[in-house]
Amino acid sequence: MSGWLERTAAGIAGSVERAVFTEEHARGPGWLQRVDPRAKLGMFLVAVLAAGFLTSLPALLALYAVVLAAARASRTPFGLFVPRVWAGIPLFAGIVVVPSLLLGRPPYLFSQRLGPLTLALSIPAAAAALVFVARVGVSVSLAALLVLTTPWADLLRSLHAVRVPPVFVLVLSMTYRYVFLLLHTLSGMLEARRSRVVAPTGGREQRAWIAGGVAVLMNRSFQLGSDVYAAMLARGFTGEVRIHRRLSMRGADWLALAGTAAVGAAAVAAGRLLA
Amino acid sequence: MHIPDGYLSPLFSVGSGAVTVPAWSIAAARLRRSLRGRSVPLLALLSAFSFALMLVSFPVPGGTSAHAVGGTLIAIAVGPWAAVVGVSVALVLQALFLGDGGVLAIPVNCLNLAVVLPLLGFAMYRLAGGSRPDRRRRLWAAGASAYVGITAAALAVGVELGLQPLLFRAGAQPVYAPYTIGQAVPVMLVSHALGASFVEAAVTVLGLVYLERLGVRPFTMRDPSP
Repeated sequence: MSGWLERTAAGIAGSVERAVFTEEHARGPGWLQRVDPRAKLGMFLVAVLAAGFLTSLPALLALYAVVLAAARASRTPFGLFVPRVWAGIPLFAGIVVVPSLLLGRPPYLFSQRLGPLTLALSIPAAAAALVFVARVGVSVSLAALLVLTTPWADLLRSLHAVRVPPVFVLVLSMTYRYVFLLLHTLSGMLEARRSRVVAPTGGREQRAWIAGGVAVLMNRSFQLGSDVYAAMLARGFTGEVRIHRRLSMRGADWLALAGTAAVGAAAVAAGRLLA
Repeated sequence: MHIPDGYLSPLFSVGSGAVTVPAWSIAAARLRRSLRGRSVPLLALLSAFSFALMLVSFPVPGGTSAHAVGGTLIAIAVGPWAAVVGVSVALVLQALFLGDGGVLAIPVNCLNLAVVLPLLGFAMYRLAGGSRPDRRRRLWAAGASAYVGITAAALAVGVELGLQPLLFRAGAQPVYAPYTIGQAVPVMLVSHALGASFVEAAVTVLGLVYLERLGVRPFTMRDPSP
């Protein structure tokens, strides 16, 4: 088995593995792990808003340095955190903006004539592309840090606390559990195929296989859903969502939130001065 | 089709909540009245299925790949407003756990994939005869409406990306996504109309065939009273 099926299988296995590590790390010792999840959600929103408004590369790099410091204080291993973030969405963003480098205005870094076409790398476009990729990287880093330092149950509680409708919280909670079950099932199906296919297969055969696999996955999933519903009824489920643990903000949580707002405002102000 | 953080202005991302948040509120209110019992785990399951679908990329002719969403399938199976909730939940989980789609961009991603796609897909399904007892007609309607739904969502993404250099510039340079409407819209439309939209149609039809075999009647064929 080669090509996209193998990449898909590796991607799914990686997702499950990352999720398990994430939940373990979110319960570990560290600064952000001790902050109230609602304060963390507020800190994240303020910081990612600030990153979104920045147009200055030095200001973005300074904000990223603060993110790295927060990650260090939360005992997040850089060897996992930095490559996990930058090898994904930001790298793809860099690839997406490459054509725009050739569509920008002068001055040009170089200019090369190719028959009727002239390829010219625009310096202003390159600078704008660097800012774009840096902004995407900082935003994704913030999201990764939030998830790495917050247990899933606490994230749900913080959503409930900010008045997200209970039906969303209930479906989110159940979907989270089902996702891992489906990923595990899909990973097993892909692994079973890989162990039985000894020759390369074409795109047509792979598409036919995945179409059948999707149907089998739905079948198994529906059986699971029926079993879960029966178990919920047996345990007294009446459709009402109840949250057991009550959250309370400490002085340190308010301080962290205020500090993040101050850093975000300072970054935006510095960005405007430097731009 | 997921838009990461940094591609759109925060004003644009958050501003799209002016459409998405009311849609969520309407969906939550409708589901409070109508979603009960077995529908709850079924919706969560379909939401997880949508999540898994968006992970699996299909190779399409030309060397690129595409993925389905399942929004129209969920809308036909458990109702359009349930699909708004189900796909929104899948997108939130993808943003938080996979970084696929920004967290600040959740309102705009949900607007495209959880509001436009399933609501338009369901409306097209009803118009194309999805309520009729003729099974073949229903399946054709499902496939065609899924195709239209995801293509419309792709068009919305292209327009949103293309508006960025028009609305937000630092001097002569775009601040966010750098491609104009004339560049972004054709790319999104061609890649979906000739690829991902067919995948979405096929997944929707296959999904409905299996749901009907398992005894789940489409939403349009159930008693509408709560």
